[in-house]
Amino acid sequence: MMAADGYFGEFGGRFVPEIFMTALLELETAYERYKKDPFFKAELGQYLTTYAGRPTPLYYAKRLTEYLGGGKIYLKREDLNHTGSHKINNSLGQTLLAQKMGKRKIIAETGAGQHGVASATAAALLGCECTVFMGAEDVRRQSLNVFRMRLLGAKVVEVMTGTQTLKDAVNEAMRSWAAEVQDSYYVIGSVVGPHPYPTMVRDFQKIIGEEAKQQILEQEGRLPDYLIACVGGGSNAMGLFYPFVQERGVRMIGVEAAGCGIKTGKHAASLNAGSKGVLHGALSYILQDEDGQIIPAHSISAGLDYPGVGPEHSYLQDSGRAEYDYITDREALSAFQLLSRLEGIIPALESAHALAYVMKLAPSLSPEQVLVVNLSGRGDKDVQTVSKLTVSKLLGGEAGE
Amino acid sequence: MSKITQTWQDIKAKGQKALIVYLSCGDPSLEYTEKLAEKLSRAGVDFLELGIPYSDPVADGPIIQRASQRALAAGIKIEQIFQLAASLRNKIGTPLILMTYFNVIYRHGIEQFVFKASQAGVAGLIVPDLPLEEAGLLKKTMEQAGLDLIFLAAPTSTASRLQKIGSLASGFLYCVSVTGVTGSRKQLSPDLAAFIKRVGVYTDLPLAVGFGISGPDMARQAAQLADGVIVGSAVIEKIEAKEELDEIASYVASLKEALNKEAHNS
Repeated sequence: MMAADGYFGEFGGRFVPEIFMTALLELETAYERYKKDPFFKAELGQYLTTYAGRPTPLYYAKRLTEYLGGGKIYLKREDLNHTGSHKINNSLGQTLLAQKMGKRKIIAETGAGQHGVASATAAALLGCECTVFMGAEDVRRQSLNVFRMRLLGAKVVEVMTGTQTLKDAVNEAMRSWAAEVQDSYYVIGSVVGPHPYPTMVRDFQKIIGEEAKQQILEQEGRLPDYLIACVGGGSNAMGLFYPFVQERGVRMIGVEAAGCGIKTGKHAASLNAGSKGVLHGALSYILQDEDGQIIPAHSISAGLDYPGVGPEHSYLQDSGRAEYDYITDREALSAFQLLSRLEGIIPALESAHALAYVMKLAPSLSPEQVLVVNLSGRGDKDVQTVSKLTVSKLLGGEAGE
Repeated sequence: MSKITQTWQDIKAKGQKALIVYLSCGDPSLEYTEKLAEKLSRAGVDFLELGIPYSDPVADGPIIQRASQRALAAGIKIEQIFQLAASLRNKIGTPLILMTYFNVIYRHGIEQFVFKASQAGVAGLIVPDLPLEEAGLLKKTMEQAGLDLIFLAAPTSTASRLQKIGSLASGFLYCVSVTGVTGSRKQLSPDLAAFIKRVGVYTDLPLAVGFGISGPDMARQAAQLADGVIVGSAVIEKIEAKEELDEIASYVASLKEALNKEAHNS
């Protein structure tokens, strides 16, 4: 799956200033060592079980299945993790690794705030200092998460540069890391960034797919026909997909955010509508103009509002192993409401993109077919955003689609 | 021999230290950059770094970020920067070095980019986010065009990395004086002398010190340790403050004078 030097086919690599290289090489060595260390694995496993609440259930969504009238829908309940999303899997793993490496200061970026909260939580648990970089626009959209992070003892730095969203939070986190690269550890929140991050974050998230595989075998006695997950940077999707990559009968579908519609240009669909380029240290599909300037992404969901995607997804798309489709803001909102009403589960707006895709796909399938959807996070953080939106506003923004 | 190497030889033959100035092209307009470049050349700048603005400059501090944003907001395109270089090439003898992030080059197509740079009379290229591991194709293409790919050495670079960088680099080595991003600092890092000495073990190329040099005194001190200094943010701050072109040129002349004063004293 992975070639030398952190490449997935032609994607990936380490396009970063020299100042980071020694730290990245040290990280790679440390990660290679600890991922095989039985004590590290046991310690992380114990935190995931007794602290984060794993394994998360695989829930058969009976009413949603009946309503849509087609394939059988299972939800992988990552929303039930401590801190409310799959992000804790990776934050615990990396913060524990930082601790083993003797680094007591961690830095993180955050979009929706989920990774920031998860990292602030892991830092509190393991007694580290934590600084979270968050775009000013996202600070406004996710004020509750900002308060959470501060409550957990983290310092939240509001990023005023560029588009003031996730992309700029990553830029600022990297600049800050450059200044204290010898004694701080950068916890990247998705399968993006320079090698070894895309591989390492995937490995910390693959527990999602490993559990789902075992659980679906227990409940259905066979593997699913479809795996569906939303893709921003792509960590929840990579975590679900990876243990199934060799299972050729399982179709894997990543769902990107189409924002106001692909044709409007206001979207975050790097795989569907982007081109090859380098962003934040890796070669992948990105949103850029003809001169290579990054184009700001747009999505109602702060966690998908990113103009790039993990390099392994680019590889899975180009090799044909996974498929990537997209869902608009409006479609995601209607899935948000539907799941709340039918199942009593308020999904994160990110996860609502995967659900909206299921709403389109499931009716075309037969009742014997099985879908596993990653419900990557819970929607409490989004309730305020959704309540502020009027349907007419969204309709107005979707012309041309 | 490349134009850059020739220029360093001339400077060294005179017993001088080199002054390299970075400008962000198109900040606030291309006409301004061209006029300023001409004046700086007359003020004694030895190499001009022409920055191609990039939307996400992770190695740059707030001053160069703002300059890049001003240029991009004014609608600057890469083709215009190649034209600017070609136009400057006809007016001044100062070697021109392009500086930009790798995505700009990758998007353009590595061969296309190098070909156009070469046609425009550019002498070299600095890519702050391209470590030696990823530099293969660009290095080969630059070599074929007879141009120098300038590598950066950082205080965090290990001995084995400095050795590899030394063997790949041509023209000169860009020594990053601080662990951090570009931008004016109040004083030189106390570790700078040891770092420069460490870099020098692995290469015979001229060593230029950049990141954080903010005035004549610091430039003079840095030049005592190396073969030249690179100044960016300190000049851009004056552009941002809308100082007259002649004022900026005389500031740059004062930097150059500070370097030479030291050269005479030593």
